[in-house]
Amino acid sequence: MSVLSLAASRTFRGVSLKIPRMLFSLLPNDGYSITNLHSKRISWPQSHGANTTRLLSSQPLNQKIPKVATWEPVPEDQLPPPAHIPADLVDKLERLALVDFRTKQGLACLEEAIRFADQLHVVDTTGVEPMDSVLEDRVLYLREDAVMEGDCAEKLLQLSKSTVEEYFVAPPGNIPLPKREERTAMLKNSEF
Amino acid sequence: KANPETEQLAPQQLVGVVGLEIHAQINSSTKLFSGAPVRFSAPPNSLVSFFDASLPGTLPVLNKRCVEAAVMTGLALNCAINRKSLFDRKHYFYADLPAGYQITQQRLPIAVDGVLTYSLLGGKKRNQVMRKNVTIKQIQLEQDSGKSLHDDVRSQTLIDLNRAGVGLMELVMEPDMSCGEEAAAAVRELQLILQALGTCQGNMSEGQLRVDANVSVHRPGEPLGVRTEVKNINSIRYLARAIDYEIQRQIDVLQRGGTVQNETRAYDSKSGETLPMRDKEGLQDYRFMPEPNLPPLILYEDNASLPTGIDACQVVVVQKIKEGLPELPSVKRDRLVQTYGILPEHSFTLVNEDGLVDYFEAVLKTTKKEPRKVIGWVTNELLGHLKQEDMSVCQSPISPSALAELLELQETGHISSSVAKQVFQKMWRSPGKTALQITQEQDLGLVSDTAQLHSICQKVVDSHPDEVHAIRSGNKKVLNKLMGLVQKETKGRADPVLVRAILQKKTS
Repeated sequence: MSVLSLAASRTFRGVSLKIPRMLFSLLPNDGYSITNLHSKRISWPQSHGANTTRLLSSQPLNQKIPKVATWEPVPEDQLPPPAHIPADLVDKLERLALVDFRTKQGLACLEEAIRFADQLHVVDTTGVEPMDSVLEDRVLYLREDAVMEGDCAEKLLQLSKSTVEEYFVAPPGNIPLPKREERTAMLKNSEF
Repeated sequence: KANPETEQLAPQQLVGVVGLEIHAQINSSTKLFSGAPVRFSAPPNSLVSFFDASLPGTLPVLNKRCVEAAVMTGLALNCAINRKSLFDRKHYFYADLPAGYQITQQRLPIAVDGVLTYSLLGGKKRNQVMRKNVTIKQIQLEQDSGKSLHDDVRSQTLIDLNRAGVGLMELVMEPDMSCGEEAAAAVRELQLILQALGTCQGNMSEGQLRVDANVSVHRPGEPLGVRTEVKNINSIRYLARAIDYEIQRQIDVLQRGGTVQNETRAYDSKSGETLPMRDKEGLQDYRFMPEPNLPPLILYEDNASLPTGIDACQVVVVQKIKEGLPELPSVKRDRLVQTYGILPEHSFTLVNEDGLVDYFEAVLKTTKKEPRKVIGWVTNELLGHLKQEDMSVCQSPISPSALAELLELQETGHISSSVAKQVFQKMWRSPGKTALQITQEQDLGLVSDTAQLHSICQKVVDSHPDEVHAIRSGNKKVLNKLMGLVQKETKGRADPVLVRAILQKKTS
């Protein structure tokens, strides 16, 4: 987990995962395990008791937080073989979802994310129905068949750049996605 | 692998295999997931809510009426209603689908495994009622997309979202049919059922009922052939023609040694042909995923199984819907046969034509004539004339009471049956004139004056001695010729019964 999350903190913008690294360098190694990165274990600096305060908070740590990390990385042999994504699958995904994997690094990130998710295979799910969402046992609300909305054509049309007599204007069909090489060329010049 | 039975019949015969995908627009006041109104024509984009326009921050809220409509339709088609059904997202990009996905029920639809029973009039005289079945794989609730109007001149498409989000029931049928006629009969029966239930108005030309046909050909016993999808069919008549054309086209391709492409074709009603549609980008991958904003739809069997404390407005109870089902067309047909003693094929024709049952029953109210004698007039004379001029029953120039009057005249012996048919024609051309008026004006009344008949018969007998001799020698059939001559004299107004009796006496 550690390698991936630190790698992720570098590539994701705006998410401040930089704090942990700061903590590691500032806090003394007082016997509570800032274990070496190579063994892929990281634990947060712990407090002795309720009195020790955290660096950036005035509240003491909750008693329910375990003193020592309980995370156990899954050994490689329990996981299925790593998924390799062929180039045409990448192309297909880019067309279907209009996402952009951009560089080899982006692809590597994707493969690591898949590897991370592979850890779910270790869990025994025989006889357990898959879940759709955490709210799936809520009651589905049924609405009465009475008109409550509509009649706001003006408001909606204002949102569109191009309209003709109360119709939205769209190109004649789906504009085909440019080929991969052309896309790369286009994006090189964009502000992203 | 070939079936020994078919080997004897026609081992090389290619037959068609037809499966239908039907989208029926639910007859509700508001859309499936939003409170915007549902109406056929309205100013563009005036029936669109923020959710239908797919603005961020909007969520789907399921319409109870749509659920009830789907359950009613499922029950009428003998489906198993799933107590729990799920909603999914089907993703594809098109300008008339603002969200980029359609909410549908792919994994677990609301109803499965049904049967649509329909009838065909077959046999040499097309008067034998043949019953057939189509298996309904599933019925699912889904959203409709908006409408795109293509402006080729300015190379743009105009989008109207009034239809976006309207509730649809998609009925998926197994490929149990083999030709256009069967498909047309099945769709007609479905139309009648949906209209009787009130869940869909079933008007194909207004897009309330959309039918796509999956057509392939194969030799019986062999695996199914490559199928094509035929779209853009706007009426039941075009459905039959499109399917038959496509079956023949595929047979021709195969017999020339070619292969049938798996493609989508559009029916062109002007030429009667199916033409390939704009090429879809290879095989579509819709990336189905569960709709995260909608928990499963739970239906309850009966009031006893309701959880305590639940709001009655918030539940759909299958038993209650079952009890409230109206009379279905098949039941109506049987009832007409039972009540009036008419033949099944007549009952079939009555129910098949909008308003004809009401017309028939209205005639029966004002005439003493037996239903079995009235039915022929309604299904042959009236319907025949209506079909010839492509008119509906409500446009008939002859009202039920006018027809009843005509039948009374015949029944009471004022006019003969052949004259009655003539009067019918004249009534058709001059609406408003009663049967009595026409009979009197044109002096078509039956001549029953025995003295007059006697003298006419005598004249005929005297002028045809050879025929009289033949009759006296035992050839009774020649009497009909003499009768024909008498009728010619009287312009068909002679009472045939009387004439026969008189002639028989004179030639004995």
